[in-house]
This record gives sequence, structure tokens and C-alpha cells, in this order.
Amino acid sequence: MSELMPVILALTILIGGVAGAAILTWFERRLLGVWQDRYGPNRLGPFGIGQVAADMIKLLFKDDWVPPFADRLVFIFAPTAIVVAMMMGFAVVPFAPGMMIIDVNIGLLFFLGMTSLAVYSVLLGGLASNNKYALLGGLRSAAQMVSYEVFMGLSLIGVVMMSGSFSLVDIVEAQTDVWFCFSQILGLIVFIIAGIAESHRLPFDLPEAEHELTAGFHTEYGGMKFAMFMLGEYLGLMLISCMIVTLFFGGWHGPMLIGDWLPPFFWFSSKVFVVICFFVLLRAAIPRPRYDQLMSLGWKVMLPITLVNILVTGAVLLWMEGVA
Amino acid sequence: MLEIVFFYIAATVALVATVMAMTRANAIHALIYLIVSLLAVAVIFFLIGAPFAAALEIVIYAGAIMVLFVFVIMMLNLGEKGDKQERQWLQPSIWAGPAVLSAVLLIELVMVISQTNGPVSVTAVSAKEVGLALFGPYVLAVEIASMLLLAGLVGSFHLGRRYLERDNLEKQGGQ
Repeated sequence: MSELMPVILALTILIGGVAGAAILTWFERRLLGVWQDRYGPNRLGPFGIGQVAADMIKLLFKDDWVPPFADRLVFIFAPTAIVVAMMMGFAVVPFAPGMMIIDVNIGLLFFLGMTSLAVYSVLLGGLASNNKYALLGGLRSAAQMVSYEVFMGLSLIGVVMMSGSFSLVDIVEAQTDVWFCFSQILGLIVFIIAGIAESHRLPFDLPEAEHELTAGFHTEYGGMKFAMFMLGEYLGLMLISCMIVTLFFGGWHGPMLIGDWLPPFFWFSSKVFVVICFFVLLRAAIPRPRYDQLMSLGWKVMLPITLVNILVTGAVLLWMEGVA
Repeated sequence: MLEIVFFYIAATVALVATVMAMTRANAIHALIYLIVSLLAVAVIFFLIGAPFAAALEIVIYAGAIMVLFVFVIMMLNLGEKGDKQERQWLQPSIWAGPAVLSAVLLIELVMVISQTNGPVSVTAVSAKEVGLALFGPYVLAVEIASMLLLAGLVGSFHLGRRYLERDNLEKQGGQ
């Protein structure tokens, strides 16, 4: 059984990830509707959940067209990169004790590597389309993602210092008593912002900003290839939410005062659900910044915050070691 | 045993991808092959017991440096014209000489390597050991590298700065 566990889990993640992303498209629109005082898709089936099936049928049966002016090979390759990279990222997420595909001692770095590879999807999609709006979208995404990757990595150094390991299981174990969201509050804030920027969702969806770049990097995409980009984006949202819960909100542990009396997977998934709702709320509430504002926020605010966080965390840890 | 099979698969992928990266006329296709080659090298690092180096290979080389390469190619946006020029430069008369000479070196290298015995057992090097080595015996190299990076940072800041100041001067002149 224990040898089969990773295989079963991998298949579950593959199917669950795709299904989850499909349901998220509907769930997000309904939730946005609630927060913006309107209905959202509510016609098909109970609460409008049939909209998911309708959207899928539409995307599946749409003509799978490659523009004649596009770089054909790269154009087809680009949407698969983001889905593969994001799916690979789930391999190191500890859903519950023993319920993970691989427990490598570089789990955190593996996650960072996979998110940084997902950049190519947007980049190559924008370039291969051979369309000036798509190219601008791709350029923006390259600068945005390379910048925010820096803060994303730096914001996690505090967590690594406190738990003394890159292994995600060790990081969760280190939060048995106190979650890192208190001591690493600066890291948490930077990681959330960088996470949104990495998954290029509103308010940081400048690579696709529809009012200025039509649809940015996926202007020329339609049908299943477009669906792959969307799937990758929602997988990215779920992956970032899983990582926020794992790194800062105690992973599978129950809330501190309540304790662990429910199954670990329940705590993990309910916390991930809350984080996803928070991301949808951000999308509903915050307008998109201008491109230079995004960049100066990154390099002038977030970089100093993360460096101060690393310095203070290191100083406090050394001081505590000296006291003990 | 399985590790050896994986090693040779990854090594073959790395070699093929590198050769493809050198021979493609289209810069983007070449870069994608180069990224594949770097990923294959990361797998090799992982197999020979250096998981930390493998992760850094993906995060830094494949994930950041190559993105900047693609970024530059996007800015230049050469298209068909660049491909044609590249094809012209890839004439056999240009690369035949260097290829023969480096083949001689390759044969020599293979002969030297085949005479020495490789490490018998694989020991995994943890991130902690890498850190201790970097800030212990190799601290001078780290400092020199950081100075080099700082110089690059100051240089690029200077280039960007001049551009900004000129813009501001023009604005003031206009007022």
C-alpha cells in the first residue's frame, strides 16, 4: 500500500487538479458576484454549477486553430509548460502526515523551481504568437515574474531559518505549537503579494491587462490551448494557496487553541479554501496598478522588507541560542 | 542500477539538447533546447548526490537567467531576418575547423577520464554542508563574486540613471 500511495496520490492530484480548476472558474465568478453585489453565472443547474460543463463543452469543441504567422512549434508547446510545471509543484505539497508524493529535503526549492519554470509558458506564448500585444504581454510578464521571484525566494528564508530545513514536512512539524504567520508576518505579506504576481492574477494581471493589451500573451489563443493557460493559472492559484498554508498557517495542524481533533487533511483543505477565498476577495477589491507602480513596489518596498525580515529573524534566532 | 540508467538517459538528453541548441537557426528554438539541457544537468546533479545544486540549477539557471535571455530576444524581436543571418553564419566552412580541433581535445579528455576511477559510492550533500563550505573555506570566492555582482548592479544603475536625468532635463527645458 505504501508503495502505491504516491501513484494513487499523483493520479488523484492530476484528476482533482483539473476538476478543481474547472469548479474554481465557476466558484470564483459566483464569489465575485457576492462581493460585487450581483449574481454571476446562476442559470445552469443548481446555483449555476452547470456553467462549468457548458464552458468545457464550448472550449473542447472550438476549432483548434494556429495562426499562420505564429511560430507553430513554440505556439503549441507554450500552454503545456505552465500546466506541467504547476502539476509538478504539487508533488512536494504535504497534504497530511504521510500523504504526499515525495518528501525530498529540497522540497521548498523544488516548488520555487517549478514556479520559475512556469514563466516560460507566458513568455513563449507571447513571443510565438507574433502579435505586438501578445509580445508586450510576454515582455511584461518576464520582467514582473523575474522580479517577484526574487522576493518570493527571499521571503521564505525566514521560515527556513526558523525550521532549519528546506523539507516541507519539517517546516510543518516545526509549526506544531506556534504557526509561522505570527513570527514571520513580514515574510507572509511579501509571499502573498509575490504569489499573486507569480500566478499573474488580478490585481497583478498586467501581462494580460485586457483594456490595454486586448488579452496580452494569450490574445491569439483559443479553444483547448486557451483552456490550458486558464488551467495553469488556476492550478497556480491552488498551489500558491497550498504553499501559504504549509509554510505559514501550520499545514495539516489544527488551529492552536482548538487542537488537532479533526482529520489533518480536513484542516489542510479548509485552510486552503479560506486562502483561495481571500485571493478572490483581493481580485474583487483591488484595482490593477500601473506597470511602473508594480515594479517600484517590488524593488523599493518589498525587497527592503524581506531583507529586514531576514536580518531580524537571524539576529533573534542567534540571540535566543545565546540565552538558552 | 536504476540510477545508472537514469544517469545515462539524462546525459543523453543533455548532449542531444546541447547539440540542438548550437545548431538551431531560430534563437528561441535554440534557447528552449538550452533550457532542456540545463534541466537534464539538474537531474544529473540530483542523481550524483547534490540535490541542492540541482535545485539551484533549476531556480537560477533555467528559471531566471534563461528567462532574461528570452527577454532580450523578445526586445530585439529579430524574426525571419535573424534566422537568415544565423543560417549564413552556420556554414560548414565556418565551423568545420574549430569542430575538428575540439574533437581532438574531446578524444584526449575521454582517454584521460577512462584511465581514472570514478567515485564508487554516492554521498548526498545537504544544503547545510554547501552553506558551510561556501562561508568557510570558499568565503573569499563568495566575496569576490558578490563584488562582481555589485559592480554590475552599479553599472546598470548608472546606465539607467543617465537616461532618466536626460529625460528630466528635457522636461525642465520644455517648461
